[in-house]
Amino acid sequence: MSAVIENHHDDHHHGPAEGITRWLFTTNHKDIGTLYLWFSFAMFLIGGAMAMVIRAELFQPGMQIVEPEFYNQMITLHGLIMIFGGVMPAFVGLANWLVPMQIGAPDMALPRMNNLSFWILPFAFFILLSSLFMEGGAPNFGWTFYAPLSTTYAPPSVTFFIFSVHIMGASSIMGAINVVVTIMNMRAPGVGLMKMPLFVWSWLITAYLLIAVMPVLAGAVTMMLMDIHFGTSFFNAAGGGDPVLFQHIFWFFGHPEVYIMILPAFGIVSHIIETFSRKQLFGYSSMVWAMLSIAILSFVVWAHHMFTVGLPLAAEIFFMWATMLIAVPTGVKVFNWVATMFRGSITFETPMLFAIAFVVLFTIGGLSGLMLAIVPADFQYHDTYFVVAHFHYVLVPGAIFSIMAAVYYWIPKWTGNMYDERLGKLHFWLSFIGVNVTFFPQHFIGLAGMPRRYPDYALQFADWNMVSSVGAFLFGFSQLLFLFIVLKTVMGGKKATDQVWEGAKGLEWSVASPAPYHTFSTPPKID
Amino acid sequence: MFFKFLKNLSKSLTLLFMFLAAPSLRADWFALNMTRGTTEISNEVFELHMLIFWICVVIGLLVFSVMFYSMWAHTKKKNPIPAKFHENHKLEIAWTIIPFLILIAMAVPASKTLVKIYDDEAGDINIQVTGYQWKWQYRYLEDDVSFFANLSTDLDEIYNLVPKGENYLQEVDEMVVIPVGKKVRFLITANDVIHSWWMPAFAIKQDAIPGFVNTAWTVVDKPGIYRGKCTELCGKNHGFMPIVVKVVEQDEYDEWVFNKREEAIKLAELTTKDWSTAELMERGQTVYEVNCVACHQTEGQGIAGIFPALAGSEIALYEKDRHIEILMEGVQGAAMNSFDYLSEVELAAVITYSRQAWGNAEAGDGEIVIPKDIVDYKEPKI
Repeated sequence: MSAVIENHHDDHHHGPAEGITRWLFTTNHKDIGTLYLWFSFAMFLIGGAMAMVIRAELFQPGMQIVEPEFYNQMITLHGLIMIFGGVMPAFVGLANWLVPMQIGAPDMALPRMNNLSFWILPFAFFILLSSLFMEGGAPNFGWTFYAPLSTTYAPPSVTFFIFSVHIMGASSIMGAINVVVTIMNMRAPGVGLMKMPLFVWSWLITAYLLIAVMPVLAGAVTMMLMDIHFGTSFFNAAGGGDPVLFQHIFWFFGHPEVYIMILPAFGIVSHIIETFSRKQLFGYSSMVWAMLSIAILSFVVWAHHMFTVGLPLAAEIFFMWATMLIAVPTGVKVFNWVATMFRGSITFETPMLFAIAFVVLFTIGGLSGLMLAIVPADFQYHDTYFVVAHFHYVLVPGAIFSIMAAVYYWIPKWTGNMYDERLGKLHFWLSFIGVNVTFFPQHFIGLAGMPRRYPDYALQFADWNMVSSVGAFLFGFSQLLFLFIVLKTVMGGKKATDQVWEGAKGLEWSVASPAPYHTFSTPPKID
Repeated sequence: MFFKFLKNLSKSLTLLFMFLAAPSLRADWFALNMTRGTTEISNEVFELHMLIFWICVVIGLLVFSVMFYSMWAHTKKKNPIPAKFHENHKLEIAWTIIPFLILIAMAVPASKTLVKIYDDEAGDINIQVTGYQWKWQYRYLEDDVSFFANLSTDLDEIYNLVPKGENYLQEVDEMVVIPVGKKVRFLITANDVIHSWWMPAFAIKQDAIPGFVNTAWTVVDKPGIYRGKCTELCGKNHGFMPIVVKVVEQDEYDEWVFNKREEAIKLAELTTKDWSTAELMERGQTVYEVNCVACHQTEGQGIAGIFPALAGSEIALYEKDRHIEILMEGVQGAAMNSFDYLSEVELAAVITYSRQAWGNAEAGDGEIVIPKDIVDYKEPKI
């Protein structure tokens, strides 16, 4: 902590507290960022273990390892844990670490709420996971929990599920409010809105999406709670309710939610491509406008998840056209990344490898998304493995690769040590091959007609399912290497310079490595 | 000319592949794409799928080739000094407008096909399809024919005790039969949770939702057996409620309808017959294994916390009237639905079975239920 510069106006200045209280009571954005990142990694491993169970059961036709009842619990928890426990907290962790440093602020605007928003999360997931040991088993209705399967026909643990979703929602809303308040109020003088780093922009937009839709999710689960325990019939047709209403509410949350999981990735990848191409981002303002239009469009496309529920023709056509429109700003982003690389001076360190893989594989996921938007074709794709392949392409080599890229990119700043480049590249190639071997064949399986959420399948799907399982095991076990690399970097390694990367630009690279416990207690000077 | 050549080439390549794949009977390595449908609409959907697929492939290849070229030509070694350019309005407008136009080119034919699919007129034959956990019921509205279709794959095949048959998980005990060339309309709904009725060969996928009736139609010109599946997670046996449609010539269809009606009449006669306990037990076991075993399990032990046990249950031991009532009305707020769609004989048999089996006869009053009891239960309400 020798690098702390401000000492004249800070009588009882302190570094981190000692022992466990440092983590329990911390209000420091860097500590909380670290907590979020480790927590999300733990959830990533738990959710991943569930994916391994799923792929092991699907390795061959027939029921071998688990019963269909337990299989359904696995797919449900895998989805919930990866989304709410893996990807979202990881992005919040990155926001905590980076947003204050990138805008030259000393900390997040609401540090105590920051502590609270993290520390309620472990309880939410403890409740959710404990449902595995309850009578009747864990929630088994898929992460989309369509009523009435999740109400009248749900196991008793559904009430615990509802409670844990409420807590996750509260945590996300607090985190999002904190980000908005920080960005709006605490930018160093000279950091105008259109001068903010793209990661900050992406998080500002994400935070607004979170504030807009997490309450909708809370509303949906509260209505479920009422239906289950208080005799209402929101979603019960026998009582005059409407099961399709549930899906409208859920996807009104759910579609912005999927952009919540990808917008911060856009920010991260833009930084990394810029740095390792040693060239200014091709179109900063068009990137900002593209993110804004994607965010706004995300509110008017929700029913493309529901093309088969029997919507009227006009609604199908509206949602098809609106959904296809999203391809335009998404295309703008991809073209911008490619144009940034063009005639740059490129090197391929691990973060860049992950970022390039992100652009390629996310584009594949985006293109299959475009195919899914075509209603008549969606009648054939809907709820098959084609959809599974699509959203895993945008979530795994999309969101998760961007998080890994971010960790490799910023970990020298966090720990002061360089990661092992050789191991990092090995981790990249294992993950890259694993992801593609897992999810590419799922396009085939889906088009050939295998529905999703099936614990067992007809024989014509056997070969590619086996390939997919092999890929999944490869990908899954490669992540232990990631854990090893991160631990090794935390423990020691080649010392990082302040700028770390030759092409890196931005305020976070102007502070020492590792970043001091308190940064920018006096605002930096921006030219 | 060139296209014709390509077509021929692809044909001969396909043949070659088929030949190579011949040794393995289930040539699944080549199950890579959507299968072309059998109806006009499903063919149109297939063409649409291929059109957008190739457009996506071309877009992807264009973008990636520029990117890979940069990765090859613009490395730090080959290009140590990066260019300085950024922002170019003409280029940016172009890469906004051109994708927009491509999208319209895709959306227009898609919308046209969709309009064709959304045809609301009544069919020549109207079949009500109802999803149940975990089976499908088919009611021919004009012909007074009604039956359930259950998975017919043996449990031993599922649990790997015997080799799996050719139509593993794609076979049912009773196929939906429709005639060629007639417009058949499906009215799709559900009794408990949401299911989804998918028949890929007809490009029909419609959610079966309790309280809603969705419709879909088809005209099939080629006789044959077509297989489909449930595509909305509906509980533990979601993967085990397939759909099989048999398309036959008109006269064969008429004969089938005739036989089904005869069968129904015979079944009705059974209601007035005198039943012995043994006969009821035998029939009841069959009904139990089709309708009840998924939740209440083979030994009537249920699943703790979700599905109550029948073995040793107070109702199955002593409360005959309540037992009948539960089967007829279901249990409010629980997964137990009304089974009033079963015949009087089936209901009497299955209630008798669950009052007699698993030691219930010895433990309780051992009273049996005969079809007339069910008729009596129904009567005062009419």
